[in-house]
Amino acid sequence: MEPMGHITPSTLSTKDLPWQILWDKEKCTLCGSCTTVCPVRAIDLGVHRKRSLQVPVGLETRPGNLFSVYHGIDQRTDPAHACVGCGMCTMVCPNGAILPVHGDEIDKLRFHVNQGGEPRRRGGRRNTTDSVLDKIKFIRISMLTDPALDAGRHEFELRTLLGRVLPPEAMLKVRRKEGWIPPVREIYPLVIGSMSFGALSPNMWEGLQMGVAYLNEEMGMPVRICTGEGGCPPRLLKSRFLKYVILQIASGYFGWDEIIHSLPKMKEDPCAIEIKYGQGAKPGDGGLLMWYKVNKLIAAIRGVPQGVSLPSPPTHQTKYSIEEAVAKMIQSMSMAWGFRVPVYPKISATSTAMAVLNNLTRNPYAAGLAIDGEDGGTGAAYNVSMDHMGHPIASNLRDAYLTLVKLGKQNEIPLFAGGGIGKNGNLAANAAALIMLGASGVQTGKYIMQAAAGCLGSETDRCNICNIGLCPKGITSQDPRLDRRLDPEKVAQRVVDMYMSFDTELKKIVAPLGRSTSLPIGMSDALGINDADAAGRLNIKYVL
Amino acid sequence: MCRLFSITSNEALSPIVAINALNVMKEGHDGSGVGLFLTDLGGEFEKFKNEPILSGIFSNEGIKALDRFMIDLDFMVKYKLSFRPNRPTPPGTPKRDNYVIRVYEYPADWEGFSQEDIQFRLMMIQLRLREMGEKDQSMLIFSFWPDVIMIKEVGDPLTVAEYLGLDRKELSARTILSQGRQNTNYAIDIYACHPFFIQGMSTMTNGENTAFVPIREFLMSRDFPGYAGYQSDSEVFAHILHYMHNKLGLSMEMYKHIITPLKDNELTRHPDGGLLRNLKQSCRPLIIDGPNCVIGCLPDKSMFMVQDSKKLRPGIVGGRPGIFAFSSEMCGLDAAIPERDINLDYQPMKYETVLVRSERQEIVKWSQWDTLPPLH
Repeated sequence: MEPMGHITPSTLSTKDLPWQILWDKEKCTLCGSCTTVCPVRAIDLGVHRKRSLQVPVGLETRPGNLFSVYHGIDQRTDPAHACVGCGMCTMVCPNGAILPVHGDEIDKLRFHVNQGGEPRRRGGRRNTTDSVLDKIKFIRISMLTDPALDAGRHEFELRTLLGRVLPPEAMLKVRRKEGWIPPVREIYPLVIGSMSFGALSPNMWEGLQMGVAYLNEEMGMPVRICTGEGGCPPRLLKSRFLKYVILQIASGYFGWDEIIHSLPKMKEDPCAIEIKYGQGAKPGDGGLLMWYKVNKLIAAIRGVPQGVSLPSPPTHQTKYSIEEAVAKMIQSMSMAWGFRVPVYPKISATSTAMAVLNNLTRNPYAAGLAIDGEDGGTGAAYNVSMDHMGHPIASNLRDAYLTLVKLGKQNEIPLFAGGGIGKNGNLAANAAALIMLGASGVQTGKYIMQAAAGCLGSETDRCNICNIGLCPKGITSQDPRLDRRLDPEKVAQRVVDMYMSFDTELKKIVAPLGRSTSLPIGMSDALGINDADAAGRLNIKYVL
Repeated sequence: MCRLFSITSNEALSPIVAINALNVMKEGHDGSGVGLFLTDLGGEFEKFKNEPILSGIFSNEGIKALDRFMIDLDFMVKYKLSFRPNRPTPPGTPKRDNYVIRVYEYPADWEGFSQEDIQFRLMMIQLRLREMGEKDQSMLIFSFWPDVIMIKEVGDPLTVAEYLGLDRKELSARTILSQGRQNTNYAIDIYACHPFFIQGMSTMTNGENTAFVPIREFLMSRDFPGYAGYQSDSEVFAHILHYMHNKLGLSMEMYKHIITPLKDNELTRHPDGGLLRNLKQSCRPLIIDGPNCVIGCLPDKSMFMVQDSKKLRPGIVGGRPGIFAFSSEMCGLDAAIPERDINLDYQPMKYETVLVRSERQEIVKWSQWDTLPPLH
């Protein structure tokens, strides 16, 4: 052991880390695959000296030591190289000789990650598996007199609307005068939420886009994908596939030079424009693409220099209030596409969401509102923002819907809910619960990454290094050596698999409730929860 | 499942005709309630075509409160028909003091009011009386409208009809809607008995409307006091009809397009796809979703039947010029008009609306695929 003086306050042992590497000397072939693949270089080749005591029989020879050397793994314990538990070492080991396991107590690393005074930043999600949505059950099953529908044989129309829907009286009046009716898109209620080109690798983006195109053109499912803030590759902007894409503009305006310049060459209008004012994972904080990921391609698309961090401001700098931002930006964006494209804001769930919503109800161009709850994911954020900031989606969405009901505008401004849908794998159940609480549709990102690309992240702080460009699966990396691990064709295939299975599960939920003709938006009588407080708050049934 | 029967005839008929048809279909309802809507009245009521008729059930206290209330409003009773059955009540039927049908004379100061104003005021009086009687059940109000009588009670239809003596000669109508009820999904409540009535129109339904809650929320947020009640998920069918007719100014061709619109891909092939798509989007919360056969009557006394979008319930209409009946089961129709040509019976399918106008000459049919009349 080193002298005591070399132990610093931040000197940690493997026991102090969240993840410990178990390594089996007997099985290890010393191939080096694990040390090569480890994204954070948490393990090194270790050269270990071992002493064996030699005690010969008899008294003629004195007992002695036999020193030998063996090679194996050393787990590094400095904060910068602490194991993130991704398990890539296990994946590549030919003999199953290595495995990261989670420590049995709260780690000590968390007290030391702020080396140099820089708080922890990471990608991923809020580190808790709690989910109110998972607790919601669908209790109103059609029984004897009106038997449940057949999810496998009946026809279902599980579509939703994105766009400002005129109330019937106004719509008829406008039609008689041949006036302007706001654009409305008929889309699938599960939208791939905003994950930017930059946050995601080119292969991941391409895979998602191919999957979405296949779902639309071969499977007849009008699935839409939002770009996130980072622009859009010019080839896609000028292609007929743009109609499946929701373009996002956020406070950094990254990529919008390219989009504006492509406008005259667009063959199709985009599905919609999403103006991001907030994000559930880091509410009140702007987007962040750390310098590691800003390579030549990303820099070109975003119109920025290479190798610099790209923090978007928390607010749109040209505006001083959301009212002004909403009014001006929605109008500008609508005008850019000749009022043919729905434009809607996305905000993080917050106790002030109703003020935004009330404002939108008075803006005839506002095409909807997307609300992103605290369980949303992100490519990069401060840990404190992710873990402690934000509002749960269920009650915020419910409040928003009931506010609209009170105003009689529940069909006029579609609400899209995001943040934590499917966080524990229950995508269809969570989506259906939110729809019945009043959402017109839902947005999901993390689930797509996990299901379509094999993202290793979890709610227990596994991996979550999307921010530094070292994604071991190549999903959020801009390093071609990592990116090429992901085959876009396979991602597309998984996107299609995932949507098809989601569709079946959604039917398996709505069919027993006797719903098939329209999406059961606001069908709150179907919901129950084994938590009286939650039931009261959400205005649904308490069941035991 | 509930059983529905309605009949429209040039000759005024006793409501017993409809009750008998319900009785034939008895195996399909559990007798938990019966409701009657009578319009285009005959008998004694023929003389009072334009005066509002109040239909309801009152306790003795309720009657006194009613009198005080109506006198204060300057409504005078012109004619009344009250039943006060002395016989023991049938099983399941509560003991009531008075079943009341009263024709009123309009207050003098209502003269000169627009038709719309009068209709609104009549509805508000009905709602006010219902509210007054809500707490102690002293008043149960079913309608307050010219040329309309409604009778509702909990119990088996035939037994209740005999108990109330509905075969009396004073009571007859040319247009009758009747329903025998099976109450499965909600509590037994007399206000849950079909048919439902609002401002001159009435509907009754069988089956369950699973989209009830969002529809109710939409209607209740239209800022129209008549969209209230909702002890039954089927009440919304009447209110959607009213909303379409009175608020949107649309004709009966559009009812199916609102409650069971064509699918998105079907609309692309429809000659009026643009309008229908806008209508479907704007009226999205009014889309019904259930196995339902809806029979109704419009203010012009035409009678119609529509089905849910999958046609999951039976329903048949048949008759001959002068008399037609709509029935949820064929046996009901057979019992009421046995001498008709059954080859002309018609069972509307998922895209269709069938209607018999007050002239009662033919069954008019149209499909959702037909071109629409122009908007005016």
